[in-house]
Formats: sequence, C-alpha cells, structure tokens
Amino acid sequence: MSVRESMKYDVVIVGGGPSGLTAAIRLKQLAADKGQEISVCLLEKGSEIGAHILSGAVLEPRTLNELIPDWKDKGAPLNTPAQKDQFLLLTETESIPLPTPPQMHNEGNYIISLGNFCRWLGQQAEELGVEIYPGFAAAEVLYHPDGSVKGVATGNVGTGKNGDQDGEPGIELWARQTVFAEGCRGSLTKTLFERFKLRNGADPQTYGIGIKELWEVKPELHQPGKITHTAGWPMDTATYGGSFLYHLENNQVVVGFVVGLDYQNPYLSPYEEFQRFKTHPAIRGVFEGGRRLSYGARAISEGGLQSIPKLTFPGGVLIGDTAGFLNVPKIKGTHTAMKSAMLAAEAIVEALATAQEGQAVEASAYTARFKQSWLYDELYRVRNIRPAFRWGLWPAMLYSALDTYLFRGKAPWTLHHKHADHECLKPKDECTPIAYPKPDGVLTFDRLSSVFISNTNHSEDQPAHLKLKDPSVPIKINLAQYDAPEQRYCPAGVYEIVGREEGAPRLQINAQNCVHCKTCDIKDPTQNINWVTPEGGGGPNYPNM
Amino acid sequence: MAILVIAEHDNQSLKAGTLNTVTAAGKVGGEVHLLVAGHNCGAVADAAKAVAGVAKVLVADSAQYAHGLAENLAALVVDLAKNYSHVLSPAGTSGKNFLPRVAALLDVAQISDIVAVESADTFVRPVYAGNVLATVQSVDSIKVITVRTTAFEAAALGGSANVDSIGAAAEAQLSSFISQELTKSDRPELGAAKVIVSGGRALGSEEQFKAIIEPLADKLGAAVGASRAAVDAGYAPNDYQVGQTGKVVAPQLYVAVGISGAIQHLAGMKDSKVIVAINKDEEAPIFQVADYGIVGDLFTVVPELIQALGNN
Amino acid sequence: MKVLVAVKRVVDYNVKVRVKADGTGVDIANVKMSMNPFDEIAVEEAVRLKEAGKVSEVVAVSLGVKQCEETLRTALAMGADRAIHVETDAELQPLAVAKLLKAVAEKEQPQLMILGKQAIDDDANQTGQMVAALLGWGQGTFASKVDLAAETVDVTREVDGGLETVKLRLPAVVTTDLRLNEPRYVKLPNIMAAKKKPLDKLTVEALGVDVTPRLKTLKVAEPAKRSAGIKVANAAELVAKLKNEAKVL
Repeated sequence: MSVRESMKYDVVIVGGGPSGLTAAIRLKQLAADKGQEISVCLLEKGSEIGAHILSGAVLEPRTLNELIPDWKDKGAPLNTPAQKDQFLLLTETESIPLPTPPQMHNEGNYIISLGNFCRWLGQQAEELGVEIYPGFAAAEVLYHPDGSVKGVATGNVGTGKNGDQDGEPGIELWARQTVFAEGCRGSLTKTLFERFKLRNGADPQTYGIGIKELWEVKPELHQPGKITHTAGWPMDTATYGGSFLYHLENNQVVVGFVVGLDYQNPYLSPYEEFQRFKTHPAIRGVFEGGRRLSYGARAISEGGLQSIPKLTFPGGVLIGDTAGFLNVPKIKGTHTAMKSAMLAAEAIVEALATAQEGQAVEASAYTARFKQSWLYDELYRVRNIRPAFRWGLWPAMLYSALDTYLFRGKAPWTLHHKHADHECLKPKDECTPIAYPKPDGVLTFDRLSSVFISNTNHSEDQPAHLKLKDPSVPIKINLAQYDAPEQRYCPAGVYEIVGREEGAPRLQINAQNCVHCKTCDIKDPTQNINWVTPEGGGGPNYPNM
Repeated sequence: MAILVIAEHDNQSLKAGTLNTVTAAGKVGGEVHLLVAGHNCGAVADAAKAVAGVAKVLVADSAQYAHGLAENLAALVVDLAKNYSHVLSPAGTSGKNFLPRVAALLDVAQISDIVAVESADTFVRPVYAGNVLATVQSVDSIKVITVRTTAFEAAALGGSANVDSIGAAAEAQLSSFISQELTKSDRPELGAAKVIVSGGRALGSEEQFKAIIEPLADKLGAAVGASRAAVDAGYAPNDYQVGQTGKVVAPQLYVAVGISGAIQHLAGMKDSKVIVAINKDEEAPIFQVADYGIVGDLFTVVPELIQALGNN
Repeated sequence: MKVLVAVKRVVDYNVKVRVKADGTGVDIANVKMSMNPFDEIAVEEAVRLKEAGKVSEVVAVSLGVKQCEETLRTALAMGADRAIHVETDAELQPLAVAKLLKAVAEKEQPQLMILGKQAIDDDANQTGQMVAALLGWGQGTFASKVDLAAETVDVTREVDGGLETVKLRLPAVVTTDLRLNEPRYVKLPNIMAAKKKPLDKLTVEALGVDVTPRLKTLKVAEPAKRSAGIKVANAAELVAKLKNEAKVL
C-alpha cells in the first residue's frame, strides 16, 4: 500500500453528533467575531450526518438558544413542544402514576429526532465554512515526537476480508487541535485515556444501553407532545432500567428502553426486556394497528460528574458523551454535550491565538470554564442519584427524593461508582436463566428483523471490526462462566455461539450486523472484545432516529 | 384497436416468455398480433401461429433482424405501432433493449416490467427492487409495455393464426453484431436459474456443503446458492450468497436446505414461485414463507430427495 | 473525445423503503440518498477511459432537485472534470429525462454517453435507450465490457443466456451492467478538490423541454406477504407435490 497523504487544518473534529457539530459551529462563530481564520474539518464515520445518531429524544433548548438564538428562523427541526409528562411505576400487570421528579419536567422542551436535528446542525456548520466529511472513520490517533496529539488518520479501505489485500490507504489529518467527539465509549478516546492517564482520579465510567424503535401509530392514538417514562417491570428491583415513550409529529411514536450495564445476571437480555416491556397492559395499546418503522441501539454514559475524566491533553480535548456529560436523572445528554462543546471551542480559540506555531496546544482553560459553567452546577446537583441505584430501586427512589428535595443536590457527600460495568456480571451458576416470551412479529420482534430496518450494512470486503484480544476467551471464559452473555447483550445479533451440538462450540461474529452501540466493548467480562472503526460509511443508516 | 406483441426468439424457436406476454395482452383486451422479426425464422413463425389467442402473426424476415439489433428492430416496430393501441414485449434483455427506443420514437412513456393489468391504461409494476408495487395509469395514446413474464401464465398452444409477411424497415446502420458467447456452464447462473438449491450454516462444513447441495442441484439442473451465514462460515464462496446483500433471485423453484430464514435471506428469495424448506428446526422462520416444508435432518432428507427425484 | 455521464440521486441501496400509510408514495423523508449504483459504474468507466488516454473530458450531468449537486460532487470526486446540473423540483420520468439529456448532449456534443442501465428506485431501465433513440445514436445496453476506438465502440452486453458483442458507430450511448467494473473508493483529498471543479446550472425552461409526466401513479403498496404453506412428511411426498400440485418439476 502506498504512503498516506496528509492534510492540515487548525482544528479537526472526530464525530458529527451534537457535540462535534456544536464545536464546529462555535469555532467558526468565534473566528468570525475575532476576524480570525480558523480552518475546521469534521469527520463522521456514518454514511451521512445523522446516519448513526440515535436518541430519545427530548431536547432542552438551553444550549441551542446560546449557540444559535435564531434557530426558529433557521428552520431547526424542533417541531413538537413537550406537553404532558407522565411517570409510571410498572408491576407485571399494574401501572402506578408517580409524581414526576423535578429533573424530569419538560416545560419548554421539544420532542425531536436527534438524527434530524444533527442533519440541520450539519447544514448550519457547512454554511459557516466547516468542511464535513461523512463516510470517513477516524481510525488512529497520530502523535508528534513530543507526545502531543498531531491529528488522526482515517482507516485503510478495500483491504479484503483478511486485511491482506492491497487497498486504498487512509489519509492523515493534521491539526493544531483535535477534538474528540466520538460519543459514548469512543474507540480513539479509549486509547487517549491510557496514553494520557486521563481517568486518574475519576470514578470508572458506567454505562447504559438504550434500545429504541420508531413507530407509526393510528391517528386516534396519537397525542403529539406526550411524554411517558416508566420504572419497574420488567426489570427486577436490583437492576437499573426504565423506558421512554414520546409522541412526535406525523403520528410517530418513539419507544425505548435503557438498561444499566452494571446488571449482574448474565442471562439478562436488554433486547428481550425491551420487547417484553412493550407488551405491558399500560403500554401496548398505543401500538395497536401501528407499524414499526425503524430500530436502533446505542450505549450512553451514566457515570455523571464523578466519572468525567481530565478533558484536555496536549493537542486535543474530549467533548460530549465520550467524556460523559449526560444528566441521568434528567434523561438528557444533548444540551450538556453541546454545552461542553461550546466551552471547549471557546478555550480552543483562546489557546490557538496565544500559542506559538509548532508548539503543542493544550486548551486547559476548557476545564476551568466547565467548572464555572451552569453545566457543572447542573451535573453536580444530580451527581448522587445514579450511584444510589446500586442499593436497588426502592432505597434509590427514597434517597433520590431526599437528595433532591431536602439537600437540593448539595448534600455534603458524593456517592462514588466503585466498579466498572464489566466487573459486575456474576457467574451463571449463581444466576437464574430468564425465560423470555417468543416474538409475535406484530408488537415484538426478533433481533434480525430489527437490524433489517436499521438499514445496517458493512462492506464485506473488510476484516471484522470487532477484535478479540484472545480468541480462546469467548469459549474458555465467556461461555464456560457466563454462558456467553454477548449473545444476549448485543442488540444486533452480532455474536452467536455455534457448533454447540457437535461439541465444538465457537463464537461466530456477524460483524455486518453491528449497529455501533459499543455495548460489547463495555460489558465483555474480561474486556477481550475491542470495538474499532470499520470502513467509513458502514453501520446503520437511521432515518428520523 | 389491436395489440402488438413482439415475439422473443433465436430464429429457431419461440422463447417461452412470449406465451406469457400473449396472456398479458389478452388481459388488456383486443385482438392480439404477434410480430416475429428475424432472419430465416420460418420455424418461429410456425410456432407463433399455434399460440392460442393470437389472431395474426406478422413476419419480417430480413438479415438486419438476425441478431435483434435494437436500432433496426425499433425502426420496424415504430412503423407498425401506429396501428395499435398497445405494444408489448417480454421484459427479457431483448425487450428491455429495443422497446424503450420504440417508446421514445413514438414520444410515449414505456411502462416497464408489469406484473398485473388493471385496465387498458392502468398497470401494476414493481419498483424499489420489488419491495413496492406501483399502480400506474398511462395518458399516452399508445401504451408501450414490457411484461414480467413470471407474473402471467403461459398462453396455451393449439391456435392457428394467419401469417402475413411484412417488409423490413430501412436499416439504421448505427450498429452491427460481432459475436455472441452463450454460457456453457453445466450449472445455470444464479441470477437466471429456474431452479436454485441453497444451503445454510446447518451444512456444517465446506465439504458437506459440496457433498449434499451439489448432487441435489445436479439432479434438478439447478444453480447453487447459499445463505450469508454459510458464506461467512466459509462453506460457500461469496458469489453464491442470496439475500439482502447478495443476489436477489426469483426462480420457479427455490429449495432452502438448512437455512433458518432470517429476513435478510428472505429479502433475496421471497419472490420465488415455489419455495421448499428443509430444516430440522420446526420453528425456523423459513417455514413461514415455504410452500412445502420438511422438518427433518438435512443429511438424511436430501439424499432421500435425490433418490425420489431419480425415481421420476 | 468527450464523454457525458448521467447520474441520478436515489435512495441509498442499504435503506429499506417504506410505503406511506396513505399509499400515495414511499416515505423518503430524511433517508440516506446516494448516487445510483449503476451510475457509479458509469462514472468509473468514463474516468477509466480518460485515464487510459482514450477520452479527454468527462462531463457529469444530473437532473432534479438542488441536492443533486451532492451527487455531482461525488462524480467529480471520482474523477469527472466538470458537472452540469439541470435543477428542477418537477417529477421527471424517463422520457423527460431522455429529452433533457438530449438537449444537454446537443450543447455539449459528446462522442459517447454512458448511463446506468437502470435506477434502483423506479427500476425503469429506459433512459439510455430513449436518449439514444432521440439522438439517432446507436446503443450498447447492459455493458460488461467497453472497447473504445476512434470512430467506433465495441460493447459486450449481458444478455439472457450469455454475452453478446456489438459494434456501434460513434457517437453512441452505453448503459452499464454490474460487472463492467468496480467503482473506486473516493479519496478525501479528491472530495475536497471536487468542491473546486466547475458545476454549471441549467434549467428545464432554458433547454425548452416539456417534462409533463406521462404516467400517473395512482397508488403504491407493499407486495402481499407470503404465507406459510404445508409440511410434508417425506421426500417422496415432496416430489409428488412439486410435480402434480406446484407443477415445477
């Protein structure tokens, strides 16, 4: 393969989600204000901006108001104002309305498709002169001899199934500042954590997996703006999880389920929990006579303030959910991700202006700005809620009420996350298998029918992008001790144990099905699975998610 | 007004798709004329006049039509078409080649690949690779149509139409035939095969895939296909793959052996006329689309099937 | 020699289209759009002819909405020299497209025009043949090999049952089949460079073409789902059924 070409920018942004696009826009706005020229390039691994974006989503427009105050005139797709909030506690047959916690009030918010919102942000960024390149995955971090980040390289393409063919080499993108906006569990961010010891002093990050479907429902069942959240069934009280159900425009309803990845029972299947959740008597009615339009899944960072790593290092910064700015009790991470991006952009512009050419730039002011911002305050006030759930649903609800109402988020202690999610699985022998109902093909579905409507594909002519550090571990450890939990936590049917009957079990990896949720990278008990970027453009093609 | 059907042939025999196209023409309603344009194609004309429902056979016998060159054929059909309300051709590579040319020269739309006739001006045709059926109405005076032949029954034989010889049109002189190379494979090509035998991961190995699937395919004169799972497991080469990311096929008979029937596979073969499934898992989704299913171990069922076929 | 390549913006082949609830069309709001895969092959072939020194200029043309510019930029990134966009929001059916392409060809005077054999949305498989007819040119459809000489082009075509080779007098139209070539990966620097290549705009009015649709879509529907058939006990019974009932043996 020939040598890689290189291109130079002031700032390269990895990832075209809400934070990456916000950073791009803010950089260009500030440059224009100051009469400076800042060249900005944004790489997105999806086939287009929005293709890999999946979220609930209810958007709190706070950051958008700061970033683009005239977003209404510019046609931002915030079409459905939030109306009624409903919070239900489910038992197997009953639903009990609970008072909506203050963080979950949604007056002034909008139910949106985050994918479509990102498509719109992308247009705004391009109009400001940002160069956006979808279909190119940043596969490697590049370093200067002094150890600072030099930029990123896109992956090689067309190298064949075994990676041994002469393909097309990737491109090196050099930048004075590289912004990592990969979203939850970024594959490059993971390497930066190690290299710059960014997680020292921070709690382990904890995660959840969110699985979502988009439905078209009968017009008479559609109540635009309606927001329902549930806790309880089908989760047992030891497992953190809950649902969301939002009514958008055009008779569309989104339904989703989030399961904390600190769950313990290896037999648990988040996908099947979600499917069975839809059958609850208080829930199923809305889907009567409707049809499912789309499906997808994505991990989210749930650790909150305690788990946020060091945000800056020579040559680059972390923004958005790859750092972990999600507000769990609010069930929102978009406005926080965007705010972190604005703060980072402001610090970067300052740092670039003062740094000498050829000198490594660290936008350290980003951290200080964060600590002085409303974002820090917002995350500080809710920091104890998610960790309390390790005590189980009831104590956590009680504690949350105290923490919120009595201490107003200013309790003189901070609860910590003690374990990473992958350490939480118990051996199968200590757990009971869960018998999930069969899909009926009307309200509930199997995994592959679901992946089908996520429009997921990866070119066949490439090596699997799910790497096993040790190929013997899936059978020797995962199967033997945990009954191969990857078969169940993967929401896309990527992992299958085959050949059991012949007495020669092996792990079959159907990498083409991967919807890029990153759950395997997080939950694999020995961290043997490494998720790396496939060829750009691969993965889901979510419409309206 | 009458309907003109253009016969598909190789100067020796009438291609079967012509019979299905005559049926489609019959559904439009009107006298059906069949045009045989070729060279030394008397045998074809004889076969054509025996097609039930054909009122008249027109024969244009000239060297310029020997190889069905679109430019020459279109000129001939355009001259004739003015006397007809509809011009139909089978949607094979021949009809698809010359008929749009006819439509353009007549300044009318072509309605491609119809699968149903709703009325004389309204037709159903597949779009988006058959995932959507569109009902379209033509506002043109002459309807120019290609017909998906598998969607219509073949017309019966036993008719005795009159045969009229007609003159050739002026030769276009834009193109000339150089050569043709017909596929001489023992096994038909996957995309064009009338029968396909496909194997899945239950075959267990490349050797067993060959040992089980190939004899059955040979017996049926079938092409060999595979599910993605079988391809991914290395049991079959990439170009065997039937499904969403492989080939989309619609044979007369599709035999799925040890294929569970994930939707991604079904997307590639659900338009087959008859589907047979052999699988030991009674619950396998393939049975939900199969016309005939055998629940059993493929390693015993397939050899039995080969034997049963041999007895016929 | 100049080559004109027509490219169409269609729903990406990975996207499963869905009929709108009211049956008036398919829902393509916010779905991924791409260059028609057969047209990618057409662009690739034209660019290869240029790289082989047989062609001096490759001009890409697309007809339709504003976003067709993106499709043209892709063609430019693949190696086309310049682009022409006939911008319109009107529904364009193959006959109208052929007439517009004819008008463009009369302005540009190419010696060769390469198109995809069909678009993966309407699956019409007409435009190339129609534009050839309107221009009075020869056509080599469903090409799996294109051999270009100074005055003629030999086109090997994929036909039922095998391959056929025809010789066309230039100027001529070629439509591509899947096996003609494998389109290249578009490189990032080329995408960047493509932004600077010329992209000219034309209008339907300026070309003087009546694009009124000739076919009215009355409704669209999803095909009926297959239903489960019967289970048979053994191979002998299966063979009997296939023979006597299904009549496929």
